[in-house]
This record gives sequence, C-alpha cells and structure tokens, in this order.
Amino acid sequence: MTELMWRIAGGSGDGIDSTSQNFAKALMRAGLDVFTHRHYPSRIRGGHTYVEVRADEDPVRSRGDGFNFLLALGDSFARNPQEGSDTVYGNEEIKPLSENLDDLNEGGVIVYDEGLLDEETLERADIDLEAMAEENDWHVYPLDLRGLAREHGREVMRNTAGVGATAALLDMDLQHIEALMEDAMTGEVLEANLDILERAHESVNEEYEFTHDLRTPTGDHDEQQVLMSGSNAVAYGAIDEGCRFISGYPMTPWTDVFTILSQHLPKFGGIAEQVEDEIAAASLAVGASHAGVKAMSGSSGGGFALMSEPLGLAEMTETPIVLIEAMRAGPSTGMPTKPEQADLEHILYTSQGDSCRIVFAPANVRECYDQTRAAFRLAYEYQLPAIVIIDQKLSGEMRNADESFFDREPNADPGSVLTEEEIREAAHHESGKFKRYQHDTENGASPRAIPGQKDGRFLASGNEHTPEGHISESPTNRVAQMDRRMSKLDSIRAELDDGDSSHQTHYGPEDAEYGLLVWGSQQDTVFEAVDQLNEAGESVKALGVSDLMPYPEDEVSAFLESVESCLVVEMNASAQFRGLTQKELGRFGPKLNSLLKYNGEAFEPSEVVEGFERIVSRDAAIPEGTKFVPAAGD
Amino acid sequence: MSVFSAIGEEREIDRDEFTPGIEPQATWCPGCGDFGVLKALKQAMPEIGRTPDETLLVTGIGCSGKLSSYFESYGFHSIHGRSLPVARAAKLANPGLEVIAAGGDGDGYGIGGNHFMHTARENHDMTYIVFNNEIFGLTKGQTSPTSPKGHKSKTQPHGSAKDPVRPMSLSLASGSSYIARTAAVNPNQAKEILIEAMEHDGFAHVDFLTQCPTWNKDAKQYVPYTDVQDDDEFDFDVTDRREAADAMYEAESRLHEGEVLTGRFYVDSDRPSYGEEKRATDEMPDDPLAERYLDEDSEWERSADLLHHHR
Ligand SMILES: Cc1ncc(C[n+]2csc(CCOP(=O)(O)OP(=O)(O)O)c2C)c(N)n1
Ligand code: SF4
Repeated sequence: MTELMWRIAGGSGDGIDSTSQNFAKALMRAGLDVFTHRHYPSRIRGGHTYVEVRADEDPVRSRGDGFNFLLALGDSFARNPQEGSDTVYGNEEIKPLSENLDDLNEGGVIVYDEGLLDEETLERADIDLEAMAEENDWHVYPLDLRGLAREHGREVMRNTAGVGATAALLDMDLQHIEALMEDAMTGEVLEANLDILERAHESVNEEYEFTHDLRTPTGDHDEQQVLMSGSNAVAYGAIDEGCRFISGYPMTPWTDVFTILSQHLPKFGGIAEQVEDEIAAASLAVGASHAGVKAMSGSSGGGFALMSEPLGLAEMTETPIVLIEAMRAGPSTGMPTKPEQADLEHILYTSQGDSCRIVFAPANVRECYDQTRAAFRLAYEYQLPAIVIIDQKLSGEMRNADESFFDREPNADPGSVLTEEEIREAAHHESGKFKRYQHDTENGASPRAIPGQKDGRFLASGNEHTPEGHISESPTNRVAQMDRRMSKLDSIRAELDDGDSSHQTHYGPEDAEYGLLVWGSQQDTVFEAVDQLNEAGESVKALGVSDLMPYPEDEVSAFLESVESCLVVEMNASAQFRGLTQKELGRFGPKLNSLLKYNGEAFEPSEVVEGFERIVSRDAAIPEGTKFVPAAGD
Repeated sequence: MSVFSAIGEEREIDRDEFTPGIEPQATWCPGCGDFGVLKALKQAMPEIGRTPDETLLVTGIGCSGKLSSYFESYGFHSIHGRSLPVARAAKLANPGLEVIAAGGDGDGYGIGGNHFMHTARENHDMTYIVFNNEIFGLTKGQTSPTSPKGHKSKTQPHGSAKDPVRPMSLSLASGSSYIARTAAVNPNQAKEILIEAMEHDGFAHVDFLTQCPTWNKDAKQYVPYTDVQDDDEFDFDVTDRREAADAMYEAESRLHEGEVLTGRFYVDSDRPSYGEEKRATDEMPDDPLAERYLDEDSEWERSADLLHHHR
C-alpha cells in the first residue's frame, strides 16, 4: 500500500475538523499531495462525523475508494461534557468505531480509544471486531487515549494523543505536527499538547509490535504549497478580482464563503453586510454594483430561490453582479449538510423571462479561484449576472496547490464603465439623458455611467426601456434590446473559446472508444475512474465541463462525436446536465446514458467504474445507491 | 479631477433641471396625489443644493414607482418592495450621493415591509418617501396595508378584517431617526419636510399622504389637514421617543377617523448614521469605495497576503 487514507471519526464538535486540517497540512509539508473529505450531520453537537485525509506522492483527485486507517475517538460530545458523566445528549449514541467499519479497506489499521469505546459499544452494535479483523486482515490497536490525555493535560486533548499514535504507527516524523501546534497555541496548552503528542508516540512504539505494512508515503514538492477549500478559493478569487462588497444571509454550505469574505473584506477596504434575507442580499449587490463597486452575494438552494427576483433585475438593468450558489440536497431545506447537484436547472433558468447570465461550475479548488475571477471579469465587461456553482462537497474539501497559482495580480477594472470624458463624447438623447442602453454595440454591452458622474444620467429600469432608460413597450425597441442583451452570450462564448479562460477538461486517451461526461465538483472523481478503467483494459476518456452558460457547444459536440457511447455522471435524480446537453446540442440523445446518485454522498471512483460497466455490458449491476438511466430511445 | 465630479458641485441649481427633457411614458391620472410629491421634491432639491447628477432616486413598483420617470436624476426603477436594499447599498458604495428611495404603501409597508424595518434599524443616511394612498394603484384598486378596516375592494369584497398598518409607529419602533407625515395637498409643508428629511443625517422616513382619485374615491382626500407643529393642541417634543410615539399613535388613529394630522413627529439628530458607525469600527473605508475603481492611482491589495495561513 502506498497511499494513506486516514479517517478520524467522532462526534460533531469534537475538534475533528481542526485536528484533521492540521494533520493534512503536516502531510502536505512533508511533501505529499493531500485531499480532505468532510462528513458531518446537521447538528452542532453529537451526531456522527468524520473527516478523511488522503495523501500520496502522486496527485490525489478525490477521496478515493474507502480508507485504510481509522482513528476512532471517543464520544465525549455525545455525553454530558463533565468528565466521567455517562449522560447521553438527546437520543443518539456516537459510535466512531462501529459506524466506520463498512468502508475500511483490507489490510487497514484501526486505532480506537479504549478509554471510551469498550467492548460494550461493540456488543451493542452486534459487532465481533476480532472476527472481522481476521477476515479483512485489519490491524487493531486499542489505546487509552483519554487516559493519556487526562494524565498529561485535559481529556479534550485526546485528539492530540490520537495523532501521536497515528504518527508512530505510520512511522511519521513529528516535526511538522509540532510546528503546526506551535503556530496555533501557546503557553500551558501548547506544552500539554506537545507532551501528550510525544507520550502517545513513544508509548505506541514501546508497547506494540507493528503487524501492518502501511507507512506514510514519501514525496517532494518543487514549490511552496498551500492547503485550501473550495470556499477559500472562491473568496480569494473574488478579492483578487476587485470584489469589495459582499452581502448575504447564512445558509449551509454558502456560509463558508460568506464568512471568509465578511472577515477579510473590511481589511481590504471593502464592505460586508449580513442582511435580513436573500432578496435583500442580492438587491444590495445590485445597488452597490450600480453605484460602481464590484459586488457579490450568494446562497444555497433555498436562499437562491429568493434571489430570483433581483437576479432578473440585474439582467434587465444590465447591472453586473456575481452570485455563488453552494448546492446541497433539496428540494426545500432538503439535507443541509449533504451534497447534490440538483439545483442546476434552477440556477440556469430561475427568474421570469429569457435567461441571460453566465453560469460556471468549477471542478476543484483551482478552478474555484479561476472561474470566480473569470465570473467577475465577464460580468463587469458584459454587464450581466454571473453565477458560480459549488456544492457542499467542493465548498468544504481541502486540497493543496502551488502557492504561486493563487499569487496573482489583482484586477480592479470595473469593465465597460466610461470615464466622465468619454461620457461627454458619448451619445445622448436630445432630452439630455445619456444613452446607457444604446442598441448598436459591438459585443452586446453598451458602456455604462456611474451615478455621480457628470452628464451620465440615465434611468435603470426593470421594465423594458429605451436606450436612455425610459420605460417602453415599443415592439421595435423591445426586439432590439432583447437581441442585444441575448447577443452577449455569443460574444462571451467566442471570447472563452478564443482565450485561455475556458475551463473544460479533457482526460484520458484521445482515441478512446467510450466517454464519460461530467460537470462541476464530480470531475476529478470521474478522472480517477478513467485511470482505473483504462488500467483494467477499457478504452475510456472523459470530458469535464465547467462552463455551463454560455454552453461550450463545439467542444462537447466534438467529444460526443468521437465516442461510441457516453455515460453522464451527476449527483441528481433527474439527469439535469444530460438534459442541458441535449437541449443545447439538439442531438446525441441515443449516445447519452446517465449514472445518477442522490443519496447525499458524492461519487467514489469505484462507483463510476461499476456504473461504466453497464454501458459496455448491459448485464452489469450498478452500484448500490446509484441509478442508471439508459440513453433516450433505448 | 475627481472621478465623480458631479458630487459636491457648487452652483445655482434650478428646479427645472429636475424635469426630464421629454414627456415620460409613465402616466399618472389627472388629480393624482403623486404629482404633489414630484412637485415638492423638485422644489426641495435646489434648496439642499443637490444636482441631478449627484442624486440617485431608487423607486419600487407601482404608480408611485414611476416617480423616477418623472424626475430627472440618476434613477433606478427597481422591483416591487425592493427599493430600500438597492438604495442603501448604493449609499454605502458611494456616500457622496444623495440617495432617495420611494414607493407606495403596498410597496413599502407590504411586500417590502421586512426591508423597511431593517433599513430603519440600520439608520442609513438616506430619505425614504412612501406614497401613502391607502390603496394599490397600479394594479387597479386592491386593498393595501394602509387601507382602513372594513375597506371593500375586488379582492376584499366583504370588507377587510385587518387593522391597517401604523406606518409612523412601525417606523419609530424599527429605528428611523427622522419620521414625518405630510400630504400632497399641503405643498409648502411637504417641501419643507422633504428638505429636512434630505438634510437629516440618518434614515429619514416620510409617510406622504397622496390621494388616488381613480381607485380610492371614497377615501378622504386628506383635507382639511392639521399641521401638528402649528397647533397648540399638539405640544410635544419631537426629540422625545415616548412623546413622539404618543403623537404618532394619535395621528394614526385620527386618520382612520378621517382627520388628517401632518408634520414632523420624531427627530433624533444625535444618533450616528450607519455609515458613520461602520467607519468607526473600520468596516467601511473613509473615502467612497466606488471612487477607487475609477482612480488610476488606487492600490489594490490582493489575497496573496492571506496565503501564509494556508501553508
Ligand atoms: C412581486 C410582485 N408582485 C406583484 C406585483 C404587481 N404590483 C405592481 S404595483 C402593485 C401594488 C402597488 O401598490 P402601492 O405600492 O400601494 O403603489 P401605488 O400604485 O398605489 O402607488 C402590485 C401588487 C409586482 N409588480 N411584483
Ligand atoms: S391609479 Fe391612483 S395612484 Fe395611480 S396614477 Fe391613478 S390616481 Fe394616481
């Protein structure tokens, strides 16, 4: 076994998040590529939660299949936090050990806190750990992490003891972990934690003869690495593109982006507003942008539904804004902490009238940064709303990347805004009003004036309007304005196709027989499946689509033409992206089969592999928890 | 040269400058009270020394929302009930602008009620004019949040069973720092109140009684009216919350009975505006944020400054 797939499990509020982040960072500093995956229930304390950290010397694209190291911590947050108490919060019992055995790979390692998880827990769960370990070649190390933590510090520090034990079992150097602790803590707390870390490390080394053969892989980075979530990358992309106004209302998982920007924007001279609801949030972004500031808002499905009005207003008044939609399982409040890709149609078409907007769905942390920047640039150049779709998976998963990738020049250019001098020379109506919405433009965007500029007066109206902004129902004017607004999408597509900001990703051998088509956050998982399939002798390639509107027609058409048959992989029950593809391309129906998953979990590569077998051999079974929808007319 | 040279321009301003050069397509009925608001506003502008180019008028939807078509300035004719969130963000983006929001009673106290409460609470430095004609005008005469109890309309054929909204009391409870009621039939007072409201440094709410002769024929036309400042009976301190609350309650109750009391009801000149509060806690830059984008000398920090957290 070369790669490490480490899972830390416990209760929500147990410090699982911060511990795993530090562990991931330590691995990254040790020269490895890392990927983290968070699983958490929709509650604040208690409830089963885990984080996986996958690390390898080669690039890691997804959480992978299963995991090979389990660190099962206690259940202190399910109990009354007073030490020694046995009262359980609510009706739930945390079972970090018994609940996590299903996906543990053969040959895996288990460390559990015997100070908290005794045989009774296993008995109650009807689990014969010994028999299972034998059958699966698991290597089990029961350790009294709680006792160790208590003895040298406080009970809550048993996370640290767990990490110390992990490091010993994986033959991992403690230096990076220690350095990270020194960054995060001081004084007695730091001393105690360092003490516990080392004691756990030592005692494992002393007490145990290791039977497993899993060790930390070794690697090297050429460049300084940073570890970031999709939400971090979206926020940083916005800052670098000159966004200095954010308005929002909390909703999981959008809250991450909102919080990061609320913390940082004021330090960058910007303004952050938490407001009364999502209608207000998007309306504020419209108002700030109208007055000349690059502005952003966002939400998750339910909140985004409320934004449909101001979104349409931005389209009609041609006010640039950027909205983030962080999807979670719906409909309605759905499953707040579970990912899904089922808001696609909602995002593409919500709000009355013909939709005229940019929609991007980045694949990973890097694309989150890139496409957020592109969204701002295009929105402000072409004066229309741009929506960036992420989801619960992408918003929270952390990956490493070269620091230089994010270290780029800012661009505060407000796009097609005129200077006062240019306004004076621009067309004006005889009444004195500036022709803000003139019909005859090159790329669909008629340059704008900002309130406060001399002689730039115009009326921005959500009603159809004349070039100077007066409300109008003239048929000729209507057609001219509609055509101009809609033509922006063609100009944007042409610009994306010509430049290097188009974000479709081709993966696998060009001449492959079969295709996998995928969008948004599932792309890298599918690419990993492509590798597995080709290694197994299949002939497969994939196309990951990150630009959804304007749709990359030529690229997707060429891809579909080149394959015999294609499997569209997405996390929803109604094959929304396949529908979009058929609508945009108007053909390929008989080539497009769907593999769908909507149980609240993202795809794992092996599921895509199994699902793929179905398009080659009709008898193949599809993985549990997924649905296969054959090609139209099949 | 400043990038917003219209802002702070000092010159003689003529009220005709606020009349659009062409006949707007928006059409108000003859005798509509909305004309009174327009006239008062045009008269007030030169007195506060603001030019059309430094004024942003954000309106909602309704007959009242058409104000931005009749008034020459930068305008934003937004959507039903949402003028306030659009307007307040514009003010944050560029505090140099004179920002006015306007809309009807349905627009402001109905669909936009939540925004009204929160904009008042935040005390944004702007003026909010609500055309209160106790009816939905543009959609042809349905019962509005300020229609009196028992009001009959096509959508409330048996008479409304609801108590009307008390706009000023609601406004005071929400946190507005300037509250007045005036009427289209009282042009001199209306102009004075609009001047005060615009000069007030905080959220100024003007409940502007307007008549709708087309759909609200039965309703009183807001005459005769009594100016509470000119009448000894109403000797209350406009800076005292409790006294103001009583006076408002009285005025609102009497309006239901057909007696119209107008004037200034509450003024708090001490409370800092939202912008000042935000600047005091470094949550808002001292200079107008909007200016930085057009100023070539602006230096833009970048997120790379935060990357070390992620190493
Ligand atoms: C979301 C939405 N709902 C309903 C309407 C239809 N509508 C337009 S104006 C209006 C009411 C206007 O009444 P009011 O705000 O009192 O203004 P007035 O016309 O009396 O000036 C309504 C319901 C709309 N435009 N948008
Ligand atoms: S319907 Fe009423 S409010 Fe509307 S313009 Fe006519 S009179 Fe005025």
